[in-house]
Amino acid sequence: MNLALSDEQVFLREAARGALSRFKTVEAAREALDGHADALPDLWPTACEAGWPGLLIDEAHGGAGLEAFDAMLVLGECGRVLAGVPLLGHLPATAMLSDSPGAAGFLADLASGERRAAYLPAQPPDDVRERWSTDPAKGFQRGSLPTAGAAGEDGRVSVAGSFAFVPDAPGANVLAGVALQDEQPIGVAILADAPGVSVEPVTRYDATRSLGHVTLEHAPAVMLDCPEESLISAWHLVQALIAAESLGSVETALEVTVAYAKERHTFGRAIGSYQAVKHALTEVLRQLENGRSLLYYAGWARTGAPNEFALAASAARSVAGRALDDAARTMISVHGGIGATWEHDAPLYFRRAQLSRRLLGGTAGATDRVAGELMAQAA
Amino acid sequence: MDLDDTPEQAAYRAQVRGWLDEHKSEAPILQGPGALEDEDEIVAARRVWQGKLAEGGLAGVTWPKEYGGQGLGPIEQVICNQEIGRAKVPGILDAIGVGMLGPTIIAHGSEEQKSRYLGPMLHGDEVWCQLFSEPAAGSDLAAVQARARLQEDGSWRLSGQKVWTTNAHFASFGLLLARTDADVPKHNGLTMFVIPMDAKGVTVRGLRQISGEAEFNEVFFDDVALDAAAVVGGAGNGWGTALTTLMFERVTIGLGGEGLGYSSTRFATAIAGDEAARRDPEVRHKLGEIASELLAVRFTGYRTLTALQHGQIPGPEAGLAKVTIVKGAIGAGDLIADVLGPGALAEDSEWAYMISFLPGLKSAGGTEEILRNTVGERVLGLPPEPRLDKGIPFSELRSKEGAAA
Repeated sequence: MNLALSDEQVFLREAARGALSRFKTVEAAREALDGHADALPDLWPTACEAGWPGLLIDEAHGGAGLEAFDAMLVLGECGRVLAGVPLLGHLPATAMLSDSPGAAGFLADLASGERRAAYLPAQPPDDVRERWSTDPAKGFQRGSLPTAGAAGEDGRVSVAGSFAFVPDAPGANVLAGVALQDEQPIGVAILADAPGVSVEPVTRYDATRSLGHVTLEHAPAVMLDCPEESLISAWHLVQALIAAESLGSVETALEVTVAYAKERHTFGRAIGSYQAVKHALTEVLRQLENGRSLLYYAGWARTGAPNEFALAASAARSVAGRALDDAARTMISVHGGIGATWEHDAPLYFRRAQLSRRLLGGTAGATDRVAGELMAQAA
Repeated sequence: MDLDDTPEQAAYRAQVRGWLDEHKSEAPILQGPGALEDEDEIVAARRVWQGKLAEGGLAGVTWPKEYGGQGLGPIEQVICNQEIGRAKVPGILDAIGVGMLGPTIIAHGSEEQKSRYLGPMLHGDEVWCQLFSEPAAGSDLAAVQARARLQEDGSWRLSGQKVWTTNAHFASFGLLLARTDADVPKHNGLTMFVIPMDAKGVTVRGLRQISGEAEFNEVFFDDVALDAAAVVGGAGNGWGTALTTLMFERVTIGLGGEGLGYSSTRFATAIAGDEAARRDPEVRHKLGEIASELLAVRFTGYRTLTALQHGQIPGPEAGLAKVTIVKGAIGAGDLIADVLGPGALAEDSEWAYMISFLPGLKSAGGTEEILRNTVGERVLGLPPEPRLDKGIPFSELRSKEGAAA
């Protein structure tokens, strides 16, 4: 039993921090909100140099052959500085394609970053819901998966339907996800420039988060020959990745707020000496530490205990989502009035928190699944 | 990063499991059919069982071999705990003695104290209790008022009161923190003693809690005579000795979260039995939030263990795990009572007992507020609150407190 980071993992994290520190990502986030979308740096070349696109692709296909936990370390660094590196979409897609022998031809370009993939998020059934579902473009009712027709002579299928709020879809070359064929889930890979494919970029609340609505009108798709477990696992992987990214943002929010609480004095003493402030910051730390522990669980479970991966990743997402909300709100309130102004970074972390918690099935969806997984085990 | 046993750990686990398979029929039955009911009988049976565990090498796993332990590490301790849990047999009776007080004596005691006390403690022949907290000294432990006065012949006379003392009613000895010098600042005037619980002038009284049971005691000392050899770690060094005990307490809590039985699986199972509750979105959401945090504690424990393996001492952040456990269990008790209704509060219900036990647990081993202060200051580096007791002789504190109010 050993949860220490390896030297390679420490290096991976430090290298990521170093690479991202060359960009003013937080300043860019504010400018982008002001309508200067071009202020956001293109971080994909940096990601490619560092080898991040191939993190989860094996070495034989040009990747680094690393584990989910390593990817989470990189996402955490992105979250620290609100860096819009399109890994949240890319990595789960590469995981599905890696499990599909028939898609091996895609992998080299995806590992090098020559081409970029986006994962079309599809929530698998749980203990009380029998159907797959997608995030709706609006409203509370979850959407239905696109449908795929019968395979043609070339082995391709035609897919019709839509996915809303797909992370990193704008600009992606390959879209990988799940569709229903005769009521059965199948993996599909679609070239973004194929006929019938449209990706409509959407900006919501947090300009650093690239999102798109994807519409497929009888778009030609390659059927993936991965097992159904891979389709399910991709959903849980994206939960674990956004959890890691959120906790990275919590780290920064906490560090900045603690520093301010030591500096700022009222009634002759640093505000961090007051229990009301100290306990609020300790609460953020408590949630952060809980979230970190669950990242270890999720990182280990994906390969070490696959039947617990759904539980582990959902629990990590649930704790991380609440931690980020609390961290961002505490950041604002400890800073006082200035924390709620455009001048400060706190609103950027707050915006990140509010949008992140509603993407990819939502923090609430992950929380529900934790209960469902545990109660299904009990039955 | 790996959660599996190394070959050496797997071999140790197999050895422990083998011993338990062979001896578990000799363990006292505490629950279910055939369970012992009389408290004296339970204590007697558990003492015998602790002796067997010690002979089998399942008690004092981390104690040095020269004191009867196994000389192994924290991982082996956790493996041993896991296997005892798996075998569904009771663990050692004197977890406080073997887990915290014995290691304190090993660190600070004289050779005579080690050879006299450690063996009988390990085997359950003599149970120990921890006499630290007082009615007016809990979170602010260095404010203890139990007073030991040095006599001309080098012996001591002790008067005062302790409280929240688990096992005092059947303990043979206590490790006691007393004030021996009131004319120096409060942390400096303390001394640690070993006190025989059958000494003249010691009175133990059970303290009933919300559950109706008396798991703790008040202990009164009326001019109790202690000889010079009762001092542990030197006169005036009591605070440093106490910190050692508290460090072992943190390790015990950090590694033992689920040992209290507050596991996400247990709570989920209770709710899953009710089909309407199992499908109710609000119940599911609450359960999901509680269970996620409780699951986290298990892995925080593994992180603590990793730190111990690398020779690091877990810091006060291990205390945050206790906050999470208590918060999670309180939430779960509330949710389960909502789901099961008044039935959950039946006299013999495990949930009624848990619900009654938790408000007190929130303050046990340090209140949540003091834990958050400690973590805020030691881990986050936030400045301490101004305090009125720094550098002031203990004897003058009372008048200062009066003036400040």
